[in-house]
Amino acid sequence: MTASTDPIVARIVRADERRRLRFRAVFAITWAVVIGAFVLWLLNINRFDPAFIAEQMPYILGGAPLTILISIASISLAVVLAVLGALGRLSRIAPVYALASLYVSVVRGTPLILQIIFVFVALPQLVPQASKVPAIILGVIALGFNYGAYMTEIFRAGIQAVPPGQREAALALGMSDRRVMFRIVLPQAVRIVTPAMGNEFIAMIKDSALVYVIGVQELLWRARTVGSANFRGLEMLLLAAAVYWILTIILSFFQERLEQRMARGDR
Amino acid sequence: MSVPLGEVVLQATDIEKFFGPNHVLRGISLAVRRHETVMLIGRSGSGKTTFLRCLNFLEEPTRGVVAMGDLRIEADPFLEHRRSRRGDVRRLRQQTGMVFQEFNLFPHMSVLDNCIEAPLHVKGLSRREAVASAERYLDKVQMLDRRDEFPARLSGGQKQRVAIARALCMEPEVLLFDEPTSALDPELIGEVIVVMEQLAHEGSTMIVVSHEMAFAREAADRVLYLEGGLVVEEGPPEQVLDDPREEATQLFLKRFLSEGAKAPARHAP
Repeated sequence: MTASTDPIVARIVRADERRRLRFRAVFAITWAVVIGAFVLWLLNINRFDPAFIAEQMPYILGGAPLTILISIASISLAVVLAVLGALGRLSRIAPVYALASLYVSVVRGTPLILQIIFVFVALPQLVPQASKVPAIILGVIALGFNYGAYMTEIFRAGIQAVPPGQREAALALGMSDRRVMFRIVLPQAVRIVTPAMGNEFIAMIKDSALVYVIGVQELLWRARTVGSANFRGLEMLLLAAAVYWILTIILSFFQERLEQRMARGDR
Repeated sequence: MSVPLGEVVLQATDIEKFFGPNHVLRGISLAVRRHETVMLIGRSGSGKTTFLRCLNFLEEPTRGVVAMGDLRIEADPFLEHRRSRRGDVRRLRQQTGMVFQEFNLFPHMSVLDNCIEAPLHVKGLSRREAVASAERYLDKVQMLDRRDEFPARLSGGQKQRVAIARALCMEPEVLLFDEPTSALDPELIGEVIVVMEQLAHEGSTMIVVSHEMAFAREAADRVLYLEGGLVVEEGPPEQVLDDPREEATQLFLKRFLSEGAKAPARHAP
């Protein structure tokens, strides 16, 4: 196969490129028009107060680091629980398997918002010391527990996706079951589930808003509190929504890059 | 061949295996002597791979005994003694290197790390010792210059040579080869066979499941023809391959050779 010098080749390449550019341009214009029209409409109704948004911006944005912090802490707790849960769900020891399954079943079978309120309201009734624990930590516990259960199934699938030959090769070298799991199977499972973990983290950013019901002063809590005190719910909710949206767009960008790298990677 | 055979190093006695109701091994015995190369041939489904996997208990035999050195491990079909037997099985595995059809290199580790993982953590060698020995064996299979590469960047033949080096690094008494060239493109088979022949001539003890008849003629001391879970014929390669006594062996060889000796490349990677 030799590269042809026929001028039609270059023209086809240019035409393809033009088509791609046109598609992207229309995409961007559509977004700009819809969002621009919405903003214009808001600015032209006198019930909307952009000055109030500018005024409250620093305070609301101050909730974003807290949202990110809660998400990172919760996802970290969730990963630990998910690894334990996945090992339990793959265990041949009946009580271990039963406990892991019970955890997954209960957590997935009840609403996340109930779990958050439960940790805040009902836990102190069971364990009086819990009332002294800051709400943010209780929130992280509830979110981590919930996501841990969902991620248990992701990790379990990831471990099972490691080819059985890997385990056999390691066993044939005389490795112990534990070493096979931690040196050979888990590192490969982690690679397999990393893109899915990215999705979970993005979902966590949004679900972390639920801890506003127990008074954690993150993004949504600030927007709700300031908004209702000043009868400016619309402005504050739009601002909070924009912040969440931008956060998830940024994270999705990195997540896509990660996914591409994993797809290419040294598997 | 060039090294005189020594004492028996691995003895399997009356190995039987059921997969559900299927009686895939009907009582196979094999005593392998030091420096001996034994080749198992037979059509797919004859039980040769299952037998090989029973030798290091990747497959649990239903009946029979595997003995090696001071180890004597009995089949445990009901898994009643799994716990008490576990140490013995691991010791047996440390003394039997295995090379797989699909290579099964650890993709998250470099070539060198693949080779030193077990010597470091199973045998308890120091890092310096493990690396020195890994380099020696990688050199033997001519893969030393790729020691820092990851498996994904190697060809099938290179992967299999690294897999052989990885097995050698444990300095096992016996090497088990499970169709080591069946997943390879035809032009890559030669480089793996050369390494295996070299090992055989240097006196490694090997049990090889393969369709490479040229390897059998060149390097095997003994060939076993398996059919229906039994050893049908056994003898030196020139006798079993060129002058088989059993009708079953004759039929198999005739059909096999008429297919142009192309190894049945089942489930390619």
